[in-house]
Amino acid sequence: MSQKPIEVILMRQLASTLAMPIFLVDAGGTLVFYNEPAERVLGMRFDETGELPPGEWATLWVPTEGDGSPLAPERLPLMVAVAERRPAHGEFWIRGMDGERRHIEATAFPLMRLTDQVLGAVVLFWESAS
Amino acid sequence: MKLRLWGTRGSVAAPGADTARYGGNTSCVEVRGRDGTVLVLDAGTGIRPLGRALGRTVRQVNVLLTHLHMDHIQGLGFFAPLYDPDVETHLWGPASTMLDLRGRLVRYLSPPLFPVHLRDLRRLVLHDLPGGEFDVGEFRVRADRVCHPGFTVGYRVASQDATLAYLSDHEPALGVPRFPLPGDWTSGHALVRGVELLVHDAQYSLAEYPAHVGWGHCALEHALAFARLARVGHLVTFHHDPAHDDDDIDRLTADAMASVRVPFAVTAGAEGATFEL
Repeated sequence: MSQKPIEVILMRQLASTLAMPIFLVDAGGTLVFYNEPAERVLGMRFDETGELPPGEWATLWVPTEGDGSPLAPERLPLMVAVAERRPAHGEFWIRGMDGERRHIEATAFPLMRLTDQVLGAVVLFWESAS
Repeated sequence: MKLRLWGTRGSVAAPGADTARYGGNTSCVEVRGRDGTVLVLDAGTGIRPLGRALGRTVRQVNVLLTHLHMDHIQGLGFFAPLYDPDVETHLWGPASTMLDLRGRLVRYLSPPLFPVHLRDLRRLVLHDLPGGEFDVGEFRVRADRVCHPGFTVGYRVASQDATLAYLSDHEPALGVPRFPLPGDWTSGHALVRGVELLVHDAQYSLAEYPAHVGWGHCALEHALAFARLARVGHLVTFHHDPAHDDDDIDRLTADAMASVRVPFAVTAGAEGATFEL
């Protein structure tokens, strides 16, 4: 068990106090936290999933295009944020663990240290009205 | 290694009869190695008497700053070795996003705030803290950012036979409703895990903490819980609030230890106290 970078710890603490759904990944794309508002959209409590590598969390919520075809992981805003070190925005569909299919809008940004080291990424997302 | 506390007060110096036992000088800790390496942790007002007591045989001093808040650098300009041509002083501290350590320090060590220019201290060598670990004499030093406003680090210092950690200003409970979380989600845990001696912020009582959330400091009970989580061997509380007199520190420490049971020694840090590891 290695300690998370302080920036990631502070981001989790901030996310824990906010009412917007927030999902936090580390530099390798591993899911390290999502907050209570995100639990409502994803249909599962974080305590139940725990930390998950990208190959696992992507299969839990199966992001898809509007026509139902799979969305390539590298097109997810938070994976763009990690890989390309830039903010990214996108729309896609997921199926929550409660079985509901939801239209999602997501904005992600990288967490970067002074040395330009990418520590992970944060994604804020909303269930779109459409 | 040997430690001596030269300043244990937080925020601002608090001299006076009612603070004489724990001391009124701000943060400064001397660490001496077996081979004579001299480390100085922070340059609060406690560094002034340390400078006078160093002795004529010391030719190199290594000062490690946790951050540049005034109570941690105010003694620097009064540190006698900086004006001794026979002594080389190495000073490590965190850079910011826009300024290196020199650029940050010169804001204080220059007129009108101080009459001496940093550039006139010919035998002072500045080092922006590198990432990860680095060697200072016989010591292996690790610096990592910790939860405190601005660019602030804690230190882990290891010799061949002992390890200590120094987190003078630290608020690991910030934003944590039920402190502590597991170690991997706790600021400072990796620095502190398993050390024989931890010198740690304990500025407030638990009752005082809610009025100071986000100020970057720790309640005594949080310091005890943090030290227990990290399985330290001995906790020395530090950075005492300037509003707390000696009797307050005695009472608050006893109250905290009654509410948080710990399996290790706890010492309220007092100016002049020494520890041998």
